[in-house]
Amino acid sequence: MTDILNAIVLISNFVIIPVLTYGSQLALGALGITMVYGILRFANFAHSDMMAFGTMITVLVTWWLQSLGVSFGPLPTALLALPMAIAVTIAMTLFMDRTVYKFYRRKRSAPAIFVIASIGVMFVLNGVVRFIIGPNDQRFADGERFIIKARAFKEMTGLGEGLAIKVSQGLTIGIALALVLALFWFLQKTRTGKAMRAYSDNEDLALLSGIDPEKVVMVTWIIVAALATIAGTLYGLDKSFKPFTYVQLLLPFFAAAIVGGIGKPVGAILGGFVVAFSEVSITYAYKKFFKYLLPENWAPDGLIQLLSTDYKFAVSFIILVLVLLIRPTGILKGRSI
Amino acid sequence: MNNTRRSILSFSVMAGLLLIVGQSQSWPLMLTILNLCLISSVMALGVNIQWGYAGLFNVGTMGFAALGGVAAMLVSKAPIPEAWAAGGSNLFIGVVLFLFTLGAAVAAYRKIPKGSLRVIALSVIILIGIFATRYFSDTAIADIEAVNPALTGYLGGLGLPILFSWAAGGLLAAGGAWIVGKIALGLRSDYLAIATLGISEIIIAVLKNEDWLTRGVKNVAGLPRPVPYEIDLQKSDSFISWIEWLNSGALKGLSDSGRADQLSAFVIEQSGIFVKLCYAGLFTTVLLLILSMSVMALNSPWGRMMRAIRDNEVSAAAMGKNITGRHLQVFVIGSAVVGIAGAMLTTLDGQLTPAAYNPLRFTFLIWVMVIVGGSGNNLGSVLGGFLIWFIWIEAEPVGVWLMDFGTSWMDEGNPVRLHLMDSAQHMRLFMMGMVLLLVMRFNPGGILPEVTKPGLNK
Repeated sequence: MTDILNAIVLISNFVIIPVLTYGSQLALGALGITMVYGILRFANFAHSDMMAFGTMITVLVTWWLQSLGVSFGPLPTALLALPMAIAVTIAMTLFMDRTVYKFYRRKRSAPAIFVIASIGVMFVLNGVVRFIIGPNDQRFADGERFIIKARAFKEMTGLGEGLAIKVSQGLTIGIALALVLALFWFLQKTRTGKAMRAYSDNEDLALLSGIDPEKVVMVTWIIVAALATIAGTLYGLDKSFKPFTYVQLLLPFFAAAIVGGIGKPVGAILGGFVVAFSEVSITYAYKKFFKYLLPENWAPDGLIQLLSTDYKFAVSFIILVLVLLIRPTGILKGRSI
Repeated sequence: MNNTRRSILSFSVMAGLLLIVGQSQSWPLMLTILNLCLISSVMALGVNIQWGYAGLFNVGTMGFAALGGVAAMLVSKAPIPEAWAAGGSNLFIGVVLFLFTLGAAVAAYRKIPKGSLRVIALSVIILIGIFATRYFSDTAIADIEAVNPALTGYLGGLGLPILFSWAAGGLLAAGGAWIVGKIALGLRSDYLAIATLGISEIIIAVLKNEDWLTRGVKNVAGLPRPVPYEIDLQKSDSFISWIEWLNSGALKGLSDSGRADQLSAFVIEQSGIFVKLCYAGLFTTVLLLILSMSVMALNSPWGRMMRAIRDNEVSAAAMGKNITGRHLQVFVIGSAVVGIAGAMLTTLDGQLTPAAYNPLRFTFLIWVMVIVGGSGNNLGSVLGGFLIWFIWIEAEPVGVWLMDFGTSWMDEGNPVRLHLMDSAQHMRLFMMGMVLLLVMRFNPGGILPEVTKPGLNK
């Protein structure tokens, strides 16, 4: 019995909790991608750079608050800095829309042109972030580190395996859940949310019913910028902030959005967890897990690992390619391609 | 202004810029920039073939360039017999098992009707296949990587002259593109972009982690050169006498010892320039060859068909054109050109550095070249390749100079000034983005726009 419990704790510690955390981060990012795709109808290559920009502002404001001696008790100060960072990111995003995307929207350019424009925005934002904060690792997490420490858990339960939950992990899961609920409430119940869904489903019909497209686009950018900033900050609290790592998240985001069915918010969340689960579970070495569950002499020799950890990032690309091959509309039948 | 005059003018300006760098900074630097400009132009031509001719949105340039680089290494490095002896047979069994699994999976996918049975059968085949393959390949890889890991630890290559690798790089990239095209073509344009971006990352991940093949992040250094080494030139009598003859003006009237010192200084300096010029000659030959072929192809019936497909797939299909087939064809050709450029780049570097491939530099920058130069116009892509690479390199010194100038009123040790000076190198990304956005907005055709009337693109 203890062995089974130990196995469960082991898997929770190394697979389930990391998957929930990483999945929430991916889901928030993929939501941004999917909303831009649904409303503005292009794949936004600048999304991860937007996220890096938002996080950079959070880091800067956090440092400023820390220098003033402000702290948020056991929680990271970055949470206090978030509202300001969101505001700045929204302003930046709306400025980008005004100066770049609006022109092509007027011209009704092909999606590929929008994508190339977003590549331009990607370069600009990347340059701005590196210019202001530099390309190096920045740590900005403070407050308590753990909700439960591995040793405390062991002492509490008497099991051989420990379970550690970091504050950043708890925060990520909690905030992501709250955000997603708020977003769905907004999309389902409010007038603007309904207008956005209508616009996403059928642009011409939405225009005929008097929906103001510019307002829909503006609200979309505001939501997307807020989501990106929050996702980036949570990721930075969990790992650390480094512009290059953020750029690398772009493909997992796309993978999550497409796996779930692009254009569908629920799909983005589902996709985020599918991608996170595959990444972690395929590269996890199950040796110890089987050792607990199997009889003594059956214990496996190898690591029981499907792919080496070096390929962690590649897993999401492989999923992406597989989904595009087998079911290009994604799990939830998103937009046809 | 007509197109010919516009081209001549733009290329003259470009040449002028390079000359200014040669005069004001240094000639070796100018040649280094020129060589990379030439390679970038070839890459841009490859992307232009896909995007400009056929409207294929391939954002996987990095992967194909890396395949070219691998080809350069595999062709030119000498094989390592010990490694082959240690792991060759197991590796062979592993490869056979892998191919067998692949075949079985494809057969199962084709033969079993859609449904849960197919999913189960496929999962079982793939799982068994992975473990069977890994059983042999893991041993093989461990054995190969154990052979003198500090120096080799990989299988080596074929030991052929590296010039062959340029063709081999093209072929390898073409093969890769065929597989990718079979998978990804037929997706909507921006989906194709995401898929190719993902595939190129997978290629890089493989190169970084399969040490038995590429030594991974340990790099394969010391690839043989197609041109002489500086050190050999400096020892060669004929080269020294040639340099003496070239610089006879400057050497005249010096005393004997002063003359010898001056001559050896010239020999050292100019052997470097000579090597770079040799590279430039090789690259220019390749560029001109590919450029002329591209121009001919674009003006041929095939080129018109491609543009027709690009502009209206439905009506081209109604005219009996095989859209998927032509797309695959143009995808393979364009990627092969990128592969050739990738092989040339690795040849110039003299080493394969898998960790150096990043999408910003090897994919998106090439795209900026094509868009800014003028998509659909081959000369435009070449110009874009030159201009954008030039800006990419020169943005740093110019940025530092501007920052220095702009903050000269501040203290030497002022933290703001120090930060700005330090960050000036990142201005290049910002500038690239601005150039791309501005050109797209105000001059969507690029500097040298596409010529639509037949016969004018000569």
